[in-house]
Amino acid sequence: MNARIVHIASNTFREAVRDRVLYNLIAFAVLLSGAAILVGQISIDIEKLVVINLGLTAVSLFGIVIAIFIGIGLVSKEIEKRTLYTVLSRPVRRWEFIVGKFFGLAGTLVVNTFFMAIGVFAALFYVSHKFVRADALILVALYFIILEFFIICSLALLFSSFSSPLLSAVFAFSLFVIGSFAEDLRGFAGMAHGVTRWLATGAAYLVPNFSAFNVISSIAHEQPVASQLILNNTVYALFYAAMALSGAVLIFENRNLK
Amino acid sequence: MNRRKTSIIAAACVVAFLGASAVTLHHADKIRPRATLEEVLYISSPQVLKRMSLGYDGLLADIYWTRAVQYFGFRHHNGETSYNLLAPLLEITTQLDPHLVVAYEFGANFLAPRPPNGAGEPDRAVRLMDFGIQNNPTNWRLYYDLGFVYYMELQDYEKASEAFRRGSQVPNAHPFLRLLAAQMAEHAGDFNTARMMWSATYQNSQDHLIRQNAVEHLRALRVDEDVTHLQQAVTRFGERTGRLPVSIQELASAEGLPGVPVDPDGHPYKLTPEGRVEVRVPEDFPFATKGLPPGIKVYPKFH
Repeated sequence: MNARIVHIASNTFREAVRDRVLYNLIAFAVLLSGAAILVGQISIDIEKLVVINLGLTAVSLFGIVIAIFIGIGLVSKEIEKRTLYTVLSRPVRRWEFIVGKFFGLAGTLVVNTFFMAIGVFAALFYVSHKFVRADALILVALYFIILEFFIICSLALLFSSFSSPLLSAVFAFSLFVIGSFAEDLRGFAGMAHGVTRWLATGAAYLVPNFSAFNVISSIAHEQPVASQLILNNTVYALFYAAMALSGAVLIFENRNLK
Repeated sequence: MNRRKTSIIAAACVVAFLGASAVTLHHADKIRPRATLEEVLYISSPQVLKRMSLGYDGLLADIYWTRAVQYFGFRHHNGETSYNLLAPLLEITTQLDPHLVVAYEFGANFLAPRPPNGAGEPDRAVRLMDFGIQNNPTNWRLYYDLGFVYYMELQDYEKASEAFRRGSQVPNAHPFLRLLAAQMAEHAGDFNTARMMWSATYQNSQDHLIRQNAVEHLRALRVDEDVTHLQQAVTRFGERTGRLPVSIQELASAEGLPGVPVDPDGHPYKLTPEGRVEVRVPEDFPFATKGLPPGIKVYPKFH
């Protein structure tokens, strides 16, 4: 990675960390982990299960909200504040700006996830009073959640490169919802015929498929995740994020910024 | 200074109006006391809920499970006699998370029994257990729960035996399943078999409602058994002497018992002038089928 991308990424990270909205969301996520303890206490026989489900769902949902709300403003805010012109007047290429922004936001989310994961493990220790070998599976769920964030970040950045923040948020959130239904879309394609089948199949492959990343429930029941799935999800997330990022670069390179 | 004054007034207004709105809401709750506890299932389709969860179905299952327990616990505590939402709540819970074994266990214990002890839906309880076994075929507890419903509520000893037999073939199954399967053929319906099953339920569950329910049934079983034996003694006494014993003490000494027989709470059984053996405090044995005054309605409660 070249130095310019690293600089843009670190500035994006610093800016995101300074962002008050981000702080509020982290605080809220920590609060939710605290609530996990309370909910765990009123849930009969499944305290640990509730803590894992609630904790990981909180990590995932808050990360997605952070990714969308920070991601959609990454480009448009720079244009609005006119800081983009200062950056681009230096020897920084447009694609480096986009890629740097992506890594900055992705880094922010990884750091956030790290702290939220500490909260989840602390809550788990609070209810179980010990860790068992199966608890390590939570790390796999967290890894999949981070992979989801990479995809969402790249999509938010893609929309941010040509649209207003509000519309970008709508697009990114809609894709997240549609991506959660990707399996159904594929099922629908299987049942359809003719052109509809081709269109539905195309749509099913075009939208991100988030269902394969959601292993929270099975991990809460201490069911192992196949290493093949870990590898497959990693490769898929990298390919999809790279695709969306390339799209963002393509649009931004051709965008008239005057 | 002016701005500071305004800030103080505004802060005071926030506190005052928040307090006022809370008081008003409290009054509204008194006018419509059940409004906050309205038992409504806005979405009754588990499939729709699963899709709406956007993949976070595990958490949603936990929420529905907590709701099911609270629904039953609240109504049970208030002496309600119907549990219409228990079946859909448990079905939604298990559809969202088919591996939540405790929900099946709860269903076997509280969905099948007739009101007021449960929802009185043994067929749905059986369907729930079948769904549980389908999704957790290696969990012997579910076969036990299925057999339990067949035995206790449907009195279908053949199917109960079959469920226990299938459960006994699961790796690491508890050895008593094989025993229960055999017991069904010879001793179905007797006190020892029922006691064995309730004891097993107590020992194998962590859920406090299920455990309390098992304790109450074990207490009731002892009353049923004691009263059966004492009633037989009364008959024998009548055949021997041509009259009824005047007191439980007379019956005890005639039978050569070491003392006056007492119920699980230590209260002596009483003998009515008609020769009926009864417990002193019927309310303490809601699940007893014998030893209760005729026509009395005892609502289930846990000690």
